[in-house]
Amino acid sequence: MENYLIAMAVSAGLYALMALGLNVIWGMAGQVNLGLVGFFAVGAYVSALLTLKLGAPIAAGVVAGALAAAAVGAVVSLVTARLRGDYLAIVTLGFAETIRIVASNEIWLTNGTDGLSGIPGPFRAALTPEQFNLFYLCLVAALVIVVFALIDRLAHAPFGRVLRAIRDDEQATAVAGKYPLAFKVKAFAFGSAALGLSGALYAHYTSYIAPDLFLPLLTLYIKLALLAGGVGNNRGAVLGAVVVVTFLESTRFLVPLIPGLSHVQGAALREFIISAALIVTLRLRPQGLLPEARMHPVLEKEK
Amino acid sequence: MPALLDVRAVTRSFYGVAALRGVTLAVEAGRITGLIGPNGAGKTTLFNCVSGLVPPDSGRIVFDNADITGARPDFIAQRGLVRTFQIARGFPRLTVLEHLLLHGPAQPGEKLSVALLRTGAMKEREAELYARAIEIARRLELTRVLDNTAAELSGGQKKLLEIGRALMAEPKMLLLDEPIAGVNPTLARAIGERLRELAADGITILLIEHQMDAIARLCDHVIVLAEGRTLIEDSFAALAENPLVQEAYMGRRKWAS
Repeated sequence: MENYLIAMAVSAGLYALMALGLNVIWGMAGQVNLGLVGFFAVGAYVSALLTLKLGAPIAAGVVAGALAAAAVGAVVSLVTARLRGDYLAIVTLGFAETIRIVASNEIWLTNGTDGLSGIPGPFRAALTPEQFNLFYLCLVAALVIVVFALIDRLAHAPFGRVLRAIRDDEQATAVAGKYPLAFKVKAFAFGSAALGLSGALYAHYTSYIAPDLFLPLLTLYIKLALLAGGVGNNRGAVLGAVVVVTFLESTRFLVPLIPGLSHVQGAALREFIISAALIVTLRLRPQGLLPEARMHPVLEKEK
Repeated sequence: MPALLDVRAVTRSFYGVAALRGVTLAVEAGRITGLIGPNGAGKTTLFNCVSGLVPPDSGRIVFDNADITGARPDFIAQRGLVRTFQIARGFPRLTVLEHLLLHGPAQPGEKLSVALLRTGAMKEREAELYARAIEIARRLELTRVLDNTAAELSGGQKKLLEIGRALMAEPKMLLLDEPIAGVNPTLARAIGERLRELAADGITILLIEHQMDAIARLCDHVIVLAEGRTLIEDSFAALAENPLVQEAYMGRRKWAS
């Protein structure tokens, strides 16, 4: 049971990293991104392939995974520079599916739908499985703190101020003397790096990745986490991730307790409860559990 | 002395509808110039072309001895030609203070790396911009609403904020699109006085306005646009008597001939 709880905490940490990344792209810069799982997969595959096939150190693989996701994020945002709202949503959704389908078909590189197994984990050989789990939890928690601190710096910097201006009115931001495209690309790349980092950490934790692990449902869970926690609030992103993972896992235990439900019905009911929870959250608390701060002072005296 | 802003034969059509059919005008430095004309004359389209939001189809726009025809809006703003919008188009979720700070130029903290490092240069510049924002807010009587978001302001306060954020950019020239439309007469007078002060400080102003008493009170020189062309330019007193201007606004008297 302890091991299970630790594994859940690790997965909450990975969700938190993704929610923080989404908060830069969507929460701060207002760019819709429904392709989160695609950037997550890029990070996972790049790090896994570098360590498996080229024998790169795990740390180097993780950094490369995050950078690769950032580069892909920059390209995606440049390609979609003229799209907004629903159209951007559709293209990013398609992007994530493209990554998954490429991973399924480029068998020479990714081993196709069989996936990549035996991905090394840091100190896995030297530690018992329990110790490894605990070590990994500390690692992920430390990285969540680092990424949180960096993104909070952005939020309380003139850079973040320009992003929030773009979110409200891109043209007026241009008239204010800022080049919106440059800011959007940087925000997209930075947020994607957090998504890729999360993916790389996932690969080295589970030691196995395959295309069907990277389904759009994960994107929706992250979006749900940020919505529940509070769009535009970094603390909200982390809290939302914890809430969503807790919710997903607790229903796993609670639903089978309901008498007279078959296994399949139970699984469907879980999905239903999660959807209903999203609707209830948005209805009762549209700003999320921790709403966005009213102002983001750069200096103390601006408060 | 050459004009600060020189617009030559600028045309622009939207899906076959010609909004500008060859506008030529020059704005001299240090004055308040009015731009008037009936609805649909192309005044706002001209502002959009000059400020870079809409590239002109043909013609040439020179500002401060640099060709800015078809340049990006951020580039034009950074050169010191700053515009406001007719419908105060703030950022609804930013506070008044954040609006003002956003428009401050040369803030290194707008670079991603500087923002992550929180360099001394960034904090120093922010402190300068903060002092400037407080001063501008005081001049425009926005001090009490500094922490309000733009969405919470009254119509008149939004107009003042438009002027305030344009001022933060340390402009050489302002393009003001109806700066006093829809505000009460007292506030309109107050805004007019602020504009006079700005002109006295050496900022050149080109403003679109429909309230003729304001034009008469404020403008040293008036340019009339009609049907996408420059119709005539002169002092307001001379224009008011001009039959061409009366015709453009009121239409021709059918029974006259």
